[in-house]
Amino acid sequence: MAGLELLSDQGYRLDGRKATELRKFQARMGVFAQADGSAYLEQGNTKALAVVYGPHEVRGARSRIRHDRAVINCQYSMATFSTAERKRRPHGDRKSTEMSLHLKQTFEAAVMTQLYPRSQIDIYVKILQSDGGNYSVCVNAATLAVIDAGIPMRDYVCACTVGFVDETPLADLCYAEEGGGVSSLALALLPRGGQIALLQMDARLHQDHLEALIEAAMTACKGVSKVLDQVVRQHLQEASVPSAE
Amino acid sequence: MATVQVSEAEKVYILHGIRDDLRVDGRGCEDYRHMEIETDVVSNTDGSAKVTLGDTAVLVGVKADIGKPRPMVPNEGYVEFFVDCSANATPEFEGRGGEELGTELSNTLYKVFNNKHSVDLKSLCISAGEHCWVLYVDVLLLQCDGNLYDAISVAIKAALFNTKIPRVHISADEEGGKEIELSDDPYDCVRLNVENVPCIVTLCKVGHRHVVDATLQEKACSVASLIISVTHKGTITCTRKVGGGSLDLESIFEMTEAGKRVGKALHAPLMKLLQQEESLGKARQKVGFLG
Repeated sequence: MAGLELLSDQGYRLDGRKATELRKFQARMGVFAQADGSAYLEQGNTKALAVVYGPHEVRGARSRIRHDRAVINCQYSMATFSTAERKRRPHGDRKSTEMSLHLKQTFEAAVMTQLYPRSQIDIYVKILQSDGGNYSVCVNAATLAVIDAGIPMRDYVCACTVGFVDETPLADLCYAEEGGGVSSLALALLPRGGQIALLQMDARLHQDHLEALIEAAMTACKGVSKVLDQVVRQHLQEASVPSAE
Repeated sequence: MATVQVSEAEKVYILHGIRDDLRVDGRGCEDYRHMEIETDVVSNTDGSAKVTLGDTAVLVGVKADIGKPRPMVPNEGYVEFFVDCSANATPEFEGRGGEELGTELSNTLYKVFNNKHSVDLKSLCISAGEHCWVLYVDVLLLQCDGNLYDAISVAIKAALFNTKIPRVHISADEEGGKEIELSDDPYDCVRLNVENVPCIVTLCKVGHRHVVDATLQEKACSVASLIISVTHKGTITCTRKVGGGSLDLESIFEMTEAGKRVGKALHAPLMKLLQQEESLGKARQKVGFLG
């Protein structure tokens, strides 16, 4: 991508944002009536739909039952029309399986599973349009969906993908930035306690820069948590109006 | 399909209601539920549409790619269907659970569109025998509350109406081969003529009568259904009987007539709505899932 600067001299990125700015956030909870909890989230051009079923009895393998906690089952899949090049299989490939495992790990840290022994919580996330930061948008959408389902969590789980370019951390990467040779790091955070639920990076980065990058990611996640909180409160206000009348 | 458990008493109640032309939610036997259609929902595609029919939600994306035409018909493009029954609809569709239903739905779609008139395939040809447009129609099933075929067919018609295929120019390059150039202007595109795209009507036989747009409860009370795809002129392109029960000849004729009537009546308001939405142009507020 010759000629496209990821960070210009004035400090503007490809889409006009500053280094620490997040993309436009639009969310809605309770999108589907049939599921126990559902949420739709748009971060810039990345659109994700998360649906939660549960807690319910463990389906399938009886060996998966845990006597002291609920089992969390996640599936990440992408719509075949979500990427610029059409995807042949929505899920089942290695990348989707890995993402599903990451989501499972993230939510096992946050959901209070000890309250529901011998049961299963299903979290299904679908990416409708992919423009970078897929994992983070999925985690944020899934958080809203779990809250919509009424399943208790320790804290909001907020995620953000950050990259390092020209000695500056960039928050909330889009697709062009992710592919442009940026070392990207995905972080899922429980903001109140500052606990990190998942940290993933598979790029080269100098050790000295790591702390700055993680700090930037945590700040971005705290920003995301404020927005998620606002969305949840607004949803509750809208939902409680009819009963007030 | 997502199944519901219906007790014997409920079945009798539904049966008696339908006998008197009164369904559980107050509709008549040939009435559709509230339908919401929105096009241009996903910007990554060349055309898209989202249809909500009662609680059934379907999202269709159309992508146009340049490919090689089929050897038997070198001067035509073709359409590929793929139905993804996502786990969103029900946990039973997780992993490979939704593949069976997805394959059944896409096979039926191939049969419905397997004729010369539904989509003008000759207009998809770029250069005979070498290049043609391939339309990949991807259907994503988000919520399942009965009557999938109808919702999917309306969504496909709306998505094809919304599809904008970029205009191409063929020029000869230095070695004598053909070079395809896409026009630089993103608004310079070809639209498809969807007048003849059929709509599918599913009629379920409940008791002695048939109902259009059955909910899951009504489906559980029916023994067999008939799927008919009807064009705006009333021509039938495909008929299929599904379900474990059997239908007698009289019922099939009756249901076919009703299906033709209902299907024909569906096209005019749909086209009017799509044209109205199109005429709003840039002033249209995109709602998608946010509204």
